[in-house]
Amino acid sequence: MKPHGLQTLWVWLLPVAVIWILHFFCVSSIEPYYFTILMYSGINIILAVSLNLVNGFTGQFSMGHAGFMSVGGYVSAFLTTVLFEKYPVLSTALTAHHGWAGWGASDLVFLGSLLMGGLGASVAGYLVGLPSLRLKGDYLAIVTLGFGEIIRVLVLNIDTIGGARGLPNIPPYTTFGILFTFVIFTIFMVWRLVNSAHGRAFLSVREDETAAEAMGVNTTQAKVRAFVLGAFFAGVAGGLFAHYLRYLNPQTFDFNKSFEIIIMVVLGGMGSITGSVIAAIFLTVIREALRPLQTYTHVDFRMVIYSLLLIILMLTRPNGLLGTKEFTWFFRKKGRSIS
Amino acid sequence: MTTALSIKNLTIQFGGLKAVADLSLEIPQGMIFGLIGPNGAGKTTVFNMLTGVYQPTSGTMSSFGKNLIGYKPYQITKLGLARTFQNIRLFKDLSVIDNIRVAMDNDPNQNKHGLVASVLRTFAVIRDEEIKEVQAMELLGIFHLNVRRNELAKNLPYGDQRRLEIARAIATGAQILLLDEPAAGMNSQETADLMSTIQSIRDRFKLTIFLIEHHMKLVMGICERIAVLDYGVKIAEGSASEVQKNPKVIEAYLGKAASANATP
Ligand SMILES: Nc1ncnc2c1ncn2[C@@H]1O[C@H](COP(=O)(O)OP(=O)(O)O)[C@@H](O)[C@H]1O
Ligand SMILES: [Mg+2]
Repeated sequence: MKPHGLQTLWVWLLPVAVIWILHFFCVSSIEPYYFTILMYSGINIILAVSLNLVNGFTGQFSMGHAGFMSVGGYVSAFLTTVLFEKYPVLSTALTAHHGWAGWGASDLVFLGSLLMGGLGASVAGYLVGLPSLRLKGDYLAIVTLGFGEIIRVLVLNIDTIGGARGLPNIPPYTTFGILFTFVIFTIFMVWRLVNSAHGRAFLSVREDETAAEAMGVNTTQAKVRAFVLGAFFAGVAGGLFAHYLRYLNPQTFDFNKSFEIIIMVVLGGMGSITGSVIAAIFLTVIREALRPLQTYTHVDFRMVIYSLLLIILMLTRPNGLLGTKEFTWFFRKKGRSIS
Repeated sequence: MTTALSIKNLTIQFGGLKAVADLSLEIPQGMIFGLIGPNGAGKTTVFNMLTGVYQPTSGTMSSFGKNLIGYKPYQITKLGLARTFQNIRLFKDLSVIDNIRVAMDNDPNQNKHGLVASVLRTFAVIRDEEIKEVQAMELLGIFHLNVRRNELAKNLPYGDQRRLEIARAIATGAQILLLDEPAAGMNSQETADLMSTIQSIRDRFKLTIFLIEHHMKLVMGICERIAVLDYGVKIAEGSASEVQKNPKVIEAYLGKAASANATP
């Protein structure tokens, strides 16, 4: 008998422990510039891995991931920022209190707001997904693209959350420890999911929808589930992003952001979680490395580089860096059924 | 004898074309029933109606007394009818055993687990996965595919792909198999092997088998009863020898088959 999943949980708890050790003892000595790159890498990993669930594992080409990120970001920031401004009693009561090892009521409020952000994004995912997942290929891409734009325009016109001015003064709740715990949690969820019976249904939809349906797979349900789960994590990433940057602007979540996440997934390999992780880190670093060049020349080289990368990739490795393979140096075992 | 599949006055119209007109069939439990006819006769369309891909214009279909009309394909599979496709439709980039597992996951007799339990991999989830693996290997063994369990479906030789598709249909737990030209593209040796496999799985899993074949000769060997379709109309039904002697069949089918064989 194989060990059951609770017995192998240590594989996932170990990195979480390492993250918190780093959080308390090492992170403060990292230079702010590199720390920022590190944090954006983490946020992008969550985005890329969750989009891979939809685009890579379930084969539904969504182009609206930034839209879900936006919903999550605004919902969670609204809860921690706008609500507190209206009821200052709440904020002083919560932030003044700091319990053991820096954990306090504000962290719980933050976790709650992230959860609500994720749920808000899932609801949006459900509303978009249910009618549009009947559409195939290009049509779904267009609908999700449209959704992203609708969200952006909607936020522009809601004054309570800042509208076009953006939403400033968001509390800096996203710490290294919290962010990377969510990174591990996202990878854990997606990894375990795609290696389960539910995940096999997702994969079968990607492989051949007609055949999947003929084998008893409720393909609409599978697609909506993947979509809603993907949206949830995008929403959480949005909340983490909001409380790191401390400022939200609807333009941040435009089509370019969705495109950036898609590139991470395609570059890493549609259907490879480790591929998404590597590509997310790689592209985040590249982007920051190019920033000085951009300030100097006033040209956004990012998109040029992304496009070039895509072209080179399509010519040399059409299935992405890792294809559907996983890079598991640590637990080398045949097949997909690892931890 | 119980009737496994009953079709009455089944008709479907595509625009002006009646692809299947007023078709009635009764297939008793445990029988291997053949549906033959020239290309474009409407055979695949019958399967598409049975499996919920197309909704018939009129008529009724039922399996063991249960109505089959108005269901989606995945619901039909859960009601006990599973099919293969004329053009093989495997999950190409999944392993051989995962192709089987996907089907098993939807067998109403298998234990189901929720998303949370699946992610936590509880004791029950792991136990049921192991049971599934044993059952899948057993099934693959019957088709001599057990040695290929970890190969991707797309890398199998053609004949193995056809057999994997049949194994996958059985894995859904269905009692009725609909096989759409299972011997298409096979040589005569492979065809002979396939025919004996079909007979043995029928006995072993107590299945009812409804199969389509384009070539008349192949069906004659194993089908206990045969219906002949031409331009969507049933022109004959009976045992192999009865059908072969039927003048309508000779006129409508054999003449065309001869010309079809001339231009393969
Ligand atoms: N979805 C469809 N729309 C229009 N015509 C169709 C459709 N499906 C099948 N047909 C027509 O129905 C007829 C029977 O096709 P089919 O059942 O595939 O024949 P076969 O006996 O070779 O399996 C053909 O003339 C085909 O063109
Ligand atoms: Mg056909």
